[in-house]
Order: sequence, then structure tokens, then C-alpha cells
Amino acid sequence: MTASIDIKNVTKRFGSLTVLDELSLSIPANEFVVFLGPSGCGKSTLLRMIAGLESVDSGEILINGERIDNQPPGQRGVAMVFQSYALYPHMTVGDNMAFGLKNISVERSVIDARIAEAARMLEIGHLLDRKPGQLSGGQRQRVAIGRAVVKEPKAFLFDEPLSNLDAALRTRTRIELAQLHQRLKSTMIFVTHDQIEAMTLADRIVVMNNRKIEQIGAPMEIYNRPATRFVAGFVGAPAMNFLPVKIRVEDGLVTAATDAGLCIKTAIPSEGLAAGDYELGLRSEHVRITPPTGDAAEGVVDVLERLGERTLVYVRLNDGQQIVGSDSGDSRVSVGDRVGLAFEGAKAHLFDATGKAWHGRESGHG
Amino acid sequence: MADPVNGNARRAESVDIYAPQWRNFLFVAPYLFIFAAFLVFPLFWGIWLSFHKADTFSSGPFIGFGNYARLFRDGIFLQSIWNTFYFVFLTVPALALIGLFLALCLNRQTRSAAVLRTLFFSSSVLSVTIVTLIWRIVYIPDMGLLSMIYGFFGAKAPAFLSDPDIAMIGIAIATIWWCIGLPMMLFLSALQQIPQDIYEAAALDNANRWQTLRSITLPSIKRTFVLVVIIQIVFQFQLFGQAWLMTKGGPNNLTKPIVLYIYNTAFQRWDIGLGAAASEILFLLILVAAMAQFLLTRRKADA
Repeated sequence: MTASIDIKNVTKRFGSLTVLDELSLSIPANEFVVFLGPSGCGKSTLLRMIAGLESVDSGEILINGERIDNQPPGQRGVAMVFQSYALYPHMTVGDNMAFGLKNISVERSVIDARIAEAARMLEIGHLLDRKPGQLSGGQRQRVAIGRAVVKEPKAFLFDEPLSNLDAALRTRTRIELAQLHQRLKSTMIFVTHDQIEAMTLADRIVVMNNRKIEQIGAPMEIYNRPATRFVAGFVGAPAMNFLPVKIRVEDGLVTAATDAGLCIKTAIPSEGLAAGDYELGLRSEHVRITPPTGDAAEGVVDVLERLGERTLVYVRLNDGQQIVGSDSGDSRVSVGDRVGLAFEGAKAHLFDATGKAWHGRESGHG
Repeated sequence: MADPVNGNARRAESVDIYAPQWRNFLFVAPYLFIFAAFLVFPLFWGIWLSFHKADTFSSGPFIGFGNYARLFRDGIFLQSIWNTFYFVFLTVPALALIGLFLALCLNRQTRSAAVLRTLFFSSSVLSVTIVTLIWRIVYIPDMGLLSMIYGFFGAKAPAFLSDPDIAMIGIAIATIWWCIGLPMMLFLSALQQIPQDIYEAAALDNANRWQTLRSITLPSIKRTFVLVVIIQIVFQFQLFGQAWLMTKGGPNNLTKPIVLYIYNTAFQRWDIGLGAAASEILFLLILVAAMAQFLLTRRKADA
């Protein structure tokens, strides 16, 4: 069973504090959507409003076209996996999974069949008689997912379910969640502040910040064509480099120049751009390390981060601005060296004073 | 570091901040002294006394289980044991269930709940003298509060302090009113320990209020329930003040608990040996209850 979810002009206030402001979003059936944003951006609140754990101050939430924001949580047909798993501590794993079905008087044979199927899928068959206190974090996580699966919900809601797992287990569970989605073909909403989880799991990412949606798009679209400066800075690690620049036009394309005299030719069309202050955005993989050049694109290495397949080089320019560039994994650069920087201007983004982004024609194609 | 004198290549001991140090004993010494002088010593002296024929002025010859034999031939003592059990039976389940009910009702963040919590707990701070005074005013025939209420409906109030059938119930009601604060508070703190997300999961699992209470709340506070029951058993076994002040153990010894029997025997009839023996019986009864608490609360994995 699967369902589309529509959120229409939803507002949520806690006292005088507005956490979500006139938010609208459509999620088609079967889609894996990730709400991504920093702490306090309202992403968990939105998820809990869909689940029915928070009231809606104004607006509507619909599942399969039917308005559900006035229904109690249990009747909405959604299942939720909590960050803390929220397993019932005094019930066995089997009883945990059966509880929701027993409450709506599902036949025992049906319950048993569904638990057996979910246990097989999640490889927790040998745990069914144990209590949550006897399980490891990863096992609890699987039980929590199993408890959601047996309900055969219209939609799965995940509230930062991987954040309590260690790094290795988190990566593995992430892959298993992706497989689970392919197998169940169910609508899934996943809340996280971890952009890697968002990038790897999502069909579409909803980037949220400060009471509203910043951008909705496929992972690579978000990465390559961030709609705002916030999205550009939030998605991608290390964060995008930002340089304050003045712009001028050459052949209909923007050329950006810093006060220190650094000039970068971009592929951004000048149409619609007013004169004024802008910020140029460039990801570290589009800034290569070169031998010293003797011009403004030169600086001293502050910090090196060797990631194995590449090396991140934090370079301080003469004007004090820090730029992160990348070099090959076996880079010979060391801290304190003078190096040059080669900017791949065709991949640059421009952000105006309101934070709106302007992209080159090329930047959409990787 | 090597020991230069013996030439032993012994490693210097590493610093263990948790190693026991004798000077720390000084911190517990004052309490230990009081504990030994006023609890351990009287305990063993009491046992010693219970095997002797003793009165105020002298402790006489050793008589073995003579005092205990006398006790179990004494109809009043047997009556007082029965009275005590009857009183525990009347008060403990009521305290546990009413305490739980109040805690369930008042476990919310509203101003009225806070006021009511304070109100229900406030009776606990009263001394037994005040409590019995209040309830004698309630029970007193013809002019008490109960008589006025019954009189309003043209009925006659039950004589809680003089009717042999209900005198103990009268004492039990006063005791429950007096003691309800602690069970309620223990249940409240247990309820507040239950993580909120379990309730959210239950709401998503379609559990109605009754299913949530039965399957989530009650199992989560099972250990506190046992704790409350056992604390109250230990406490209510020691009934004394209410019975002494409200009925003096009457009518016809029907509300005389073990402690009052001990008081009468040891300090009014000055038969110290017999009183000591009765004390040991009470001690054993309470010990059994306390051990039950220890054993039940130790099984943590079960909770």
C-alpha cells in the first residue's frame, strides 16, 4: 500500500514562535523524500504533524487526497520510526511488532505471517523472543523498522533514525533502507540533518531552513544548482567557498573580481543581473592546487585534510580569505607551502544580496 | 620505578583514585557510632531480653522460649496480630490503588493539577496527633462532620469509633487520608520517568486509552508498584498512634495492634521480657516484608 501526501499552506506555532510558515509540498506515491536542514528548522515538526503527533495551526495535510490533519495518529495509516526507536521496553520484539495490529483486531494468523515476513526481510527472526534491553543499537533499529513494516502503512516516516548508530552501522543501514524502499515501493519521508544520508537515499530532497522550504529537488540538482546561498553552503562537504566579488560582463557572461584583484570568468549569463555586490560560490573540487602563480590566485597552506582519494587543501589568500581547494590523494603539498589556485570558473555560482542563486549553463551537467 | 634498596625491578604502583583509604572512615564514623549505639546494640539487647524474665528493676533468670510460649497462649496478643494484619489488609491495597489513581489523574502540567498534588500531599506533613484530632471531629457521634452529613439526609452515621465491626475501618480511613501523599508522589515520579516517545509510538499503533494504560503505563511502573506496596506494608505494620489516640485499642481490644500490645505490656504492665518477645515477633514480620522488597526490586532485568 502506498500513497501520495500533500501539504497545503501549513503553519505551526509554539506560543509566539512560528516554526513553519505557510509551507506547501506535494509528495507523489512511492517517492523517497528527505527533509534536510539544520537543527531547529522545523523538519521534525513537519514530520510529526504528518504523523499526528503535533497539531496543525492552519493549512491542510492530505494523504491520497483525503484530509488527515484532523484524524488521530493511529487512523492516518502512517508508520513512524523514531530517533530513539521508542520500542516498548517490557514487551518482546514479537509483541512490539504485534502491538499495533492487535489494537485494531487483526487476526492472529495474519499478524504472525506479517511478523515472520518482516523478520525474514530484516534478519531479526532469532530476536523475536528477546526484550529491547537485550538488543544492540543496530538490532533495536531493525526492530523499530520491522514494527513499521508489519503495519503495511500508506507511508513510512523516519525521524533521524540513523543518528544513534555508529559510523559503520549507519552506512550499512543506509544501504539497507534504500533496498527496503525498492522492495516495498512505499512512500517514505526521512528527516535528517546529515546531507550524506539525504544525498544517498532521496529521490527528492526538501531543504528546509528558518520556517520555510529553501529548495526541492533531486540530490544532484540540489548539489549542482542550489537555489539559494543557504542551500549552497549547507549541502556538500566541505562547504562551498564563498568570495565577495564585483561583477562585470564580457561576451554576455559574468566575470567576477575580488578587491584583491582575483579575476574569475564564469559561465553565468548576465541577463537580469543588476550591478552591485555579489558572492561567488565554488566547490572545493573546482579549485585545483597548482605551483605558485605570482598573482592574486596564490596563498599559503593553512591546513591539510588527507581523505585518501583526494586531499583537501585550506589555502589562505594574501587578503586573508580562506579557500578550500582539492589536490590528488598523494599530494606533496605541506602546511606552510605557497601554492597557486586554478579556479574552474565555468562551475561557479553567483549569489545576490538576497541569497538567490545564479548558475552557468554548464553547472547543471555536473 | 625500580626499588633501589632491594634491587627489585618492581613497577611503581599506578595511581588509583578509587583505592580505599582509611581516613575516609572518619566521614562515616559519626553515623556508624549512632547506628551501633542506638540500633544494633538495642536490637541484640532486645533479643537477649526476650529470653529472660525481666521487669523494670531487674532482668531475672534465663527462661528460654518461655516469653514466646506465654505470648502464644495470650488471646490478646493473638488478637493484636490478627488486628495488625487486618489493618494492613485494609490500608495497603487502598493506598496503592488510590495513590496510583491520583497519580494518573494528576500527572499533567496544569496549574490545577499542581494545586491538587500539593493538597493531597499536604496531609502527610501533619503529625499523628493532628490527624486523629481531625478524624475524631469527623467521626464524633451526634455533632461530628459525618453525623451532620448523614443527618442532612435524615440518616444516622455509623459509629466508627465505638462499633466493634467498623472501628478498625475508621482507623484505616484516617490512615489512608494521612498516608496517601507518599504513594502518590512515588507513582508520579515513576510516571514521569516513562519516555514520551513510547506514548507517541502507541498513539501511532492505534492504542486507545485503556490499551495504553494496560500495555504501556502499568508495565512501566510495575517496580514502583511493588516498592509502594512493600514500603506501606512495613510502615502500616507499625500502627500505633492512630489506634492509641482514636480508640485506645478498643472496643474490646479489637483495634489493638502489635505495637500497642508491646506498649501496654512493657511500659504499663512493666513485663519487659514479654514486651521484648512481642517486639521480636513484629521484627520478624517486618523483616519478611523487607526481604520481599529486596528480592523483588533486585530483579531489574525483569522490569
